Amino acid sequence: MKARVHVRLKDGVLDPQGAAIGRALAQLGFEGVGTVRQGKLIELELDRPDRAAAEAEVRAMCEQLLANPVIETYSVAFET
Amino acid sequence: MQAGVITFPGSNCDRDVAVALAAAGAKVRRLWHAATELPKLDLIVLPGGFTYGDYLRCGAIAAHAPIMAEVTRRAAAGVPVLGICNGFQILTEAGLLPGAVLRNLGLKFICRSVPLSVGTGASVFTAGYAAGQSIELPVAHHDGCYVCAPDDLARLADEDRIAFRYLDNPNGSMAQIAGILGAGRNVLGMMPHPERAADPLTGGTDGRTMLCALVEALG
Repeated sequence: MKARVHVRLKDGVLDPQGAAIGRALAQLGFEGVGTVRQGKLIELELDRPDRAAAEAEVRAMCEQLLANPVIETYSVAFET
Repeated sequence: MQAGVITFPGSNCDRDVAVALAAAGAKVRRLWHAATELPKLDLIVLPGGFTYGDYLRCGAIAAHAPIMAEVTRRAAAGVPVLGICNGFQILTEAGLLPGAVLRNLGLKFICRSVPLSVGTGASVFTAGYAAGQSIELPVAHHDGCYVCAPDDLARLADEDRIAFRYLDNPNGSMAQIAGILGAGRNVLGMMPHPERAADPLTGGTDGRTMLCALVEALG
């Protein structure tokens, strides 16, 4: 199965890269674009028979390495 | 005084800080990140650089290097641990210091000497300075914007743990923070490079003050 981990900056954490992307979009003529926030998508190929165990494992990976809970939140989606 | 300087894959200030510490009178041991046993050390230094190419987040992968378990144990036992630049990022990622260090607010890599105010002289690292003293140290980073939760920031201020503040805040750090102490005051993380201000020929001597104070305090 494949796990997709979305890592996002927490609300309230400044995202100067997202803001720069927003300014570049405005420069290209895309109007009406509000706040832009940049995150990360991490895809994991997992050889696990049990979805629940895999989910717990990916959450542990997020807590320990993939996301920094001080500044980021994450969500996990699975594809079989 | 015996100092250990750790080299992680991608560290690039390890030799500089080793040379500057030796010039200040320390005996320096170079340590590899994969080590799991360490000699007796009076000071452990996590140098600047770009460990693992800053992949994932600055310092995130080095924070889980084999040597870090022993660094964490020594820090808990009171051994002074100094993280400079990438070393500061590693210490926050390893949970030895609160908060996180993010991309500079202006998105530019900043490489210049910056004026700083010493926040506290009450630590083995900053005992050579007076609180409120202005000094100048070089910075060289893309990710130096310090952030932390409001309650952590209040604790840092209340417990006199803000070691250095920027006078011109080049990277947008919260409360102009350039360096902080851990709760035990024996862990210091700072973005500026004291080792690059350790010789009058190359960048002044305001950093040498810290290295000499460490050598004096730690025998």
